[in-house]
Amino acid sequence: MISSTTPLVSATGVSIDYIDAGGRRTTAVEDASFNVQCGETFVMIGPSGCGKTTLLKAIAGFLRPARGMLLVEGQPAREPGPDRAVVFQDFDQLFAWRTVRDNVVYALRVARKMPSGAAGKKADEMLALVDIARAAHRYPHELSGGMKQRAAIARALALEPSMLLMDEPFGALDAITRNQLQIELKGIHERTGVTIVLVTHSIQEAIYLGDRVMVMSSFPARVREIVDTRDATDIESTHFAELTGRLRALLVHREEQLDQPDRAAL
Amino acid sequence: MGSLWIRLPVALRYTLLVIAVLLVWQGYVSISHVQKLLVASPIDVAHSLVADFQSGQLTKATWNTLQTLLEGMAIGAICGFVLASFAVFSRIGHDLLTVLSSIFNPLPSIAILPLAMIWFGLRPESIVFVVALATIWPVAINTDTGFRTISNTTQLAARNLGLRGWRLVIGVLLPAALPSISTGLKASWAFGWRTVVAAELIFGVAGSAGGLGWYINNARYYLQTSNIFAGLVVISVLGILVESIFGLVERHTVVKWGMKRAA
Repeated sequence: MISSTTPLVSATGVSIDYIDAGGRRTTAVEDASFNVQCGETFVMIGPSGCGKTTLLKAIAGFLRPARGMLLVEGQPAREPGPDRAVVFQDFDQLFAWRTVRDNVVYALRVARKMPSGAAGKKADEMLALVDIARAAHRYPHELSGGMKQRAAIARALALEPSMLLMDEPFGALDAITRNQLQIELKGIHERTGVTIVLVTHSIQEAIYLGDRVMVMSSFPARVREIVDTRDATDIESTHFAELTGRLRALLVHREEQLDQPDRAAL
Repeated sequence: MGSLWIRLPVALRYTLLVIAVLLVWQGYVSISHVQKLLVASPIDVAHSLVADFQSGQLTKATWNTLQTLLEGMAIGAICGFVLASFAVFSRIGHDLLTVLSSIFNPLPSIAILPLAMIWFGLRPESIVFVVALATIWPVAINTDTGFRTISNTTQLAARNLGLRGWRLVIGVLLPAALPSISTGLKASWAFGWRTVVAAELIFGVAGSAGGLGWYINNARYYLQTSNIFAGLVVISVLGILVESIFGLVERHTVVKWGMKRAA
């Protein structure tokens, strides 16, 4: 039994390597240490290609750290499973041959061994929660980008995971849809209390959604700082502006050293 | 004229064109007084079709051809799937598929028929063998491509649900590869259909259970030109029929799912 003070995810000196096409070993993440507390929204931010997605994949169980200790609910991160439901950026995370509702029902049946009646009921509930009940019987290719992401979030939430891992979930959406979904995700988080680990390269998204934001530098990814952004919810507030400036400084500082354009300040 | 034509329903447009072709054909035969031994008129062909379907000769030939084709295709497709599965799951399997398909794919499988006749004799097994050989490669290559081009995110999403092993294959990988698999089956049908007719033509009169190729060759033997045409018409119509069945199945699966564009 895990006590309430045990972090949901605990990383101590985690390094992750990957082997590229040429067989060379490259370090994607170096010596990352952080905790994710139960019920919080923990954001990882950094320049594109800095390894934050790699870290998320390791928590999801798709990759194994080369060094260090990565614990999920007090245990070394296991094989991928529905306890760590992932929402990806790419739209083809939905199964194209199933309707939106069927995607959720299928997930519940295979991952939670639910009988079809109960799975259907749960699916309808989740589709209503993310406001796509009207598209329940449509196929993914018939949906807009925003609706596809809603469907993916519904599928992930239906599994009642101990945490929701989101890999730039709104990265491929237009600005208006992105804002709308950010607001709704915040609402969903408040209502369900689900723990969220979110990867993004948008400073505004990080501050708005995050309770804590972990700023990462690139090549290889190191943790620069973990910033508390809990009380910054109003985008218009001066506190929000201050935090934006601080995160930008943390991100840009490193970028300038590498003599690269400011890609992170989106 | 052009805009009027476009406004007609597509089925009507095609039917009108078929009628036009038939009229030109009939007109040529009637006006030119070409020898009936050389070109049969559509009306004669229709008579032969009716007569030989009534006598059961064409029905039997059609059935024989389809049976041989289906047997060959079933064997070829199963071998193709097995080969593709090995290719997907192991490096040596992939290399094996590359080497074998490089060797056999450029080889018209009908060229194997003489060898098959030595191995199996003048029996339907020879034709089944060459048809299987014609269908195995398109199925194997396309299935392999289908599995290899499944998006990484789709696979990760499936593994995230805890799917492993055969449940991952049946539940996600197979449907995700379906567009390529159906392309492979379509190509293998096209190869198989041409091969089975060609093989039957070569078999000629020797085949006891003769198919459509045998029927045509037999008609040539007796100089029944209209029967030759009748055989060709059946082959063409069956081809159109099977193509449209494939089209129908695709429209209700991969096209409906947005995984493949309508042909």
